[in-house]
Amino acid sequence: MLLEAVLLTVITASTPLLLAASGELVAERAGVLNLGVEGMMIVGAACGFAGAFLSGSILLGALCGILGGAALAAVFALLTLGLAANQVASGLALTILGVGVSGLIGAGFVGQKIAGAPHLYIPFVTDIPFMGRVIFGQDGFVYVSITLIAGIWWFLYRTRAGLVLRAVGDNHASAHALGYPVLRIRALAVLFGGACAGLGGAYLPLAYTPFWVSGMTAGRGWIALALVVFASWLPGRLALGAYLFGAVTILQLHAQGAGLGVPSQLMTALPYLATIVVLVAISWARGRAGSPAPASLGLAFVPDR
Amino acid sequence: MRRLFVAAAVLALALGAGAAQAQNKLKIGFVYVGPIGDYGWTYQHEVGRRALMEQFKDKIETSYLENVNEGPDAERSIEALVRAGHKLIFTTSFGFMDATAKVAKKYPNVWFEHATGYKRDKNLATYSGRFYEGRYILGQIAARMSKTNTIGYIASFPIPEVVSGINAMMLGAQSIKPDMKIKIIWVNTWYDPGKEADAAKALADQGADIIAQHTDSPAAMQMAEQRGIKAFGQDSDMIKFGPKAQLTAIINNWTPYYVERVKLALDNKWTTGDVWGGLKSGLVQMAPYTNMPDDVKTMAQQTEAAIRDGKMHVFKCPVSGQDGKAVECKGGTHLSDEQILGMNFFIKGIDDKVPGK
Repeated sequence: MLLEAVLLTVITASTPLLLAASGELVAERAGVLNLGVEGMMIVGAACGFAGAFLSGSILLGALCGILGGAALAAVFALLTLGLAANQVASGLALTILGVGVSGLIGAGFVGQKIAGAPHLYIPFVTDIPFMGRVIFGQDGFVYVSITLIAGIWWFLYRTRAGLVLRAVGDNHASAHALGYPVLRIRALAVLFGGACAGLGGAYLPLAYTPFWVSGMTAGRGWIALALVVFASWLPGRLALGAYLFGAVTILQLHAQGAGLGVPSQLMTALPYLATIVVLVAISWARGRAGSPAPASLGLAFVPDR
Repeated sequence: MRRLFVAAAVLALALGAGAAQAQNKLKIGFVYVGPIGDYGWTYQHEVGRRALMEQFKDKIETSYLENVNEGPDAERSIEALVRAGHKLIFTTSFGFMDATAKVAKKYPNVWFEHATGYKRDKNLATYSGRFYEGRYILGQIAARMSKTNTIGYIASFPIPEVVSGINAMMLGAQSIKPDMKIKIIWVNTWYDPGKEADAAKALADQGADIIAQHTDSPAAMQMAEQRGIKAFGQDSDMIKFGPKAQLTAIINNWTPYYVERVKLALDNKWTTGDVWGGLKSGLVQMAPYTNMPDDVKTMAQQTEAAIRDGKMHVFKCPVSGQDGKAVECKGGTHLSDEQILGMNFFIKGIDDKVPGK
């Protein structure tokens, strides 16, 4: 059935975005703007494929992807938190570094392929017509991504640690004055962000298109970044946004195939256009109810000793 | 990132320059638009470069710059190669055209070769492939193999090379089944494996059972393999990604051309020119015909031979546009090369519109 097929593809297209954006949301909520998502994703992809190819296990591959992304994030944390370097410049440099490093890691794996991540199959349940495969027939990454974003929501709004993290992002000076370890919390948030980006990247060569080629993230890291702004830093909206962006990408392909005469260039630009609209709305709202962005986002923090 | 790469490369080249001049080797440079690990366009050029090393061994020295931006970086990269003592430089993407022409004017004693462009000079030659010849064969095979009578086509950008490829495929298909249908999806990228796979899925979900692509990664082929439908490879033989799916592939084989040009350069007989090689010159090659009955295979081989021997031309007149009117026939019995190189219309039988028209 066409609708079921469309839904299945939409979920596949949205999952890497959701994974990478979830991590970035946490990092930005702690007040760190890491523009290196694309770099961390592509390193995660390379490490993920290398791990899965050498070990023969998708699970180990995913773990390698997570570690790869986190390792790159550690470099970023060292620069921006340890040395209080400019976050924007360091983030951009991180992307450049990541693309280079991933090419190096992946060089020996070009032209190799693996069996993709297995899909869940529950007898009878998965066979339910229409929604069976959509809900009960996905690969593990999809369920992880949904659990992850739900967990992040719970953490940010229902735990004390989450409250502290948000406080650090909103006013690092006050948080510091209250005795919270601002830099340590931020470092953990950055590492978590890197791990999620790495997992999102690993999804590409492990489940999406099970082979490695250089540059295979093809700008998804930038869409993930846009997504965090689009969601105005709210987990629920982030999940919605990820599936919306995924749906736009897939539906425009279907619209073209069906000969509906949609201008494909415009549709390709749509996620970015939507983000610009949200940014405009945010600046407009700033004068009224205050910006939803964490107030200390992107600012370096040097504790006075 | 590219700047860093280029800067590092310039440094490396500068260090190596002194030593090389003493040995009097011919230094050859390549400028690539993508990573050599793309398993597609750039990969095939790299195969050519490696073949040169194999053949000429210590008579030449080669270097390459990968991931070079088609913007202002291109000019700097090409100039860096010149300053490092390279005497023959291949720039392998359409977008390097202006940069190559500019640098060529500045350094009349260096030979330049630009792939797929049209600007020439006394020290700047151009070369490209008649990939449309291969696509005609794909069209014929598709018409014989399709059960749904629908081809799914993943297109990159609406430039003449892509448009003429779609037309050639449909002409081939129509020569077998006049009512063949084609569904076209423009992905607006040369290279995004995820999106190419999504496009292939969308086409398959809409009833296409043969997938053709004018993008560079093997994602669509792998998708076809999973779905149990058939597909054609692009740039390089992708049978590894679709052992049961690949019918054949159009292979860009730059090696014979590179060998020939380097030979001329070594003999100091290099002159400018414009080579548009096809099946005849071996620049365009077909991967083995697989996963099809013998009679379809025989048909494909016969067509391939006919095109190679010049017995038939893909765009033989009359060619009808979408309005049903025959297009002016400037090449005598077939459309002229100029018409093919500037093709911006779909032929009759394609329902879609060329974007932006």
